[in-house]
Amino acid sequence: MADILKSEQSSSSVEHIEAEKGAAPPFLDATELILNMGPQHPSTHGVLRVILKLDGEKVLNTECVIGYLHRGVEKIAEHRTYAMFNPYVDRMDYVAAVSNGLGYCEAVEKLLNTEAPPRAQWVRTILTELNRIASHQLWLGTHALDIGAITPLFYTFRDREEILKIFEKYCGARLTTHAFRIGGCLYETYDGFEQDVKKFCDFVTPKVDEYETLLTTNRIWLERTKGVGVLKAQDCIDLGVTGPVLRASGVKWDLRKAQPYAAYKNFEFDIPTGQNGDTYDRYMVRVAEMRQALRIIRQAVDSIPEGPIMGKVPKVMKPPVGEIYHSIEAPKGELGYFIVSDGSTQPYRIRVRPPSFVNLQALGKMVEGALMADVVAVIGTLDIVLGEVDR
Amino acid sequence: MVARLRGRYGSGIDPKTYLGQNYIVADPSIVYELLQILRDDEQYDYCVDVTAVHYPQRKDQEFDIVWILYSFEHNQRVRVKAMIKDGDPAPSVVALWTTANWLERECYDMFGIRFEGHPDLRRILLPDGWKGHPLRKEYGITQQDSEWVKINLGIESGQ
Repeated sequence: MADILKSEQSSSSVEHIEAEKGAAPPFLDATELILNMGPQHPSTHGVLRVILKLDGEKVLNTECVIGYLHRGVEKIAEHRTYAMFNPYVDRMDYVAAVSNGLGYCEAVEKLLNTEAPPRAQWVRTILTELNRIASHQLWLGTHALDIGAITPLFYTFRDREEILKIFEKYCGARLTTHAFRIGGCLYETYDGFEQDVKKFCDFVTPKVDEYETLLTTNRIWLERTKGVGVLKAQDCIDLGVTGPVLRASGVKWDLRKAQPYAAYKNFEFDIPTGQNGDTYDRYMVRVAEMRQALRIIRQAVDSIPEGPIMGKVPKVMKPPVGEIYHSIEAPKGELGYFIVSDGSTQPYRIRVRPPSFVNLQALGKMVEGALMADVVAVIGTLDIVLGEVDR
Repeated sequence: MVARLRGRYGSGIDPKTYLGQNYIVADPSIVYELLQILRDDEQYDYCVDVTAVHYPQRKDQEFDIVWILYSFEHNQRVRVKAMIKDGDPAPSVVALWTTANWLERECYDMFGIRFEGHPDLRRILLPDGWKGHPLRKEYGITQQDSEWVKINLGIESGQ
């Protein structure tokens, strides 16, 4: 490192270059540069540190250093009862807290061999899909900001606010909602919930088109995203990558269709896919997913069944000895919970299968041989949340 | 599938079902071969997760290593479980699924299980010099490597 700096200084003197006429200046021989990006870099979306080995602008190798936000969630779980652990899951993927809660509650319900009542299933589906839109909006705003477009950030945050308002009215919290309980939902929908949700759908549908007018045919956006960070379908499967990243590579796989949970089997929706598996396709897939989410919400809100919102679950939950794996399609990919019960009130072990952690592993493959500036675009397009990577 | 595997391994495997989910308890000596066959012949091409569970009271079988597999072709999941002794290495499946790389590193970090054949087995979430593996049952919930904290953070306690 010091050598490179020294040679750069000496190269600035005219004398030096003249003295070695014909031969390349010595600093050009320094083929490799180690560059440290993060953990406080704004484009790493939290505390991610990436060590880059560069040849000029070209990335030769990357190494991710993670764990700065490790709180030992899985260890905490072993010292809490099943219900007490519920709020903790919201703090993993904090931009999609509702999805985390849905996965956890459904996993424990499976272990208890019960099911939430239909009304709760419908409300869960609506809130989870609203959260999917909120997560994608936050992703789109920050991703575009990383690439150099500031306006989408203001647009998406303005519209995301409306979703957070619905959450606040429903359960009092905006971000870490703790909206669901094991066995159903704690709160009945408030008066005017359906109207609020419908109003939001009508409000946001033209806004999604508005995001597209800013980006989809924007020359700079195309140059920065087309052909960047390409991941082929086979590589995705090999790397265990799921969610929109997998679908953008042309694999039509979505857990909501493949193994339906909550109330998804009652609604009609498509799985948007891409072909090239590049950053642009992942953008298109996520925008299309926002529209599909709106389609699901519209169908769900018109057909919320009557009945209790909370099922019958014992006050003291003691699932029988055994283990279960349950996963859902979170906005970022497959979010799974592997729970081992020893028959007591506390889980013996909870393993969270985090989509962000697994997807981040693909970063090395995606930026190999790419330019330094593309690393920023690729970190953005993976849509990671460090709270979930580190747990 | 079960019949095919049974014919091959006999009592080496023990297929079970709990709450509608299938899992196979396999002998550690054949588990790598079994995973390879599941991937190549039964199309379990997606390795969802590699994790472990610690049972300190179970003598000579302290750890359950769990592989969760999924098949896009059949839309089915299966879990493979092997019981290993504390201190014994588990087979690494990085050669079969690249995704296992970080998952096995996390497993090593949290439990201290060595994966034989892993290209780069280092800690991933905790810092490199840390002592102890937090998800083992004997590791207390407030326990920390106070020496590491003192040297690297310059404070008495990290809590």
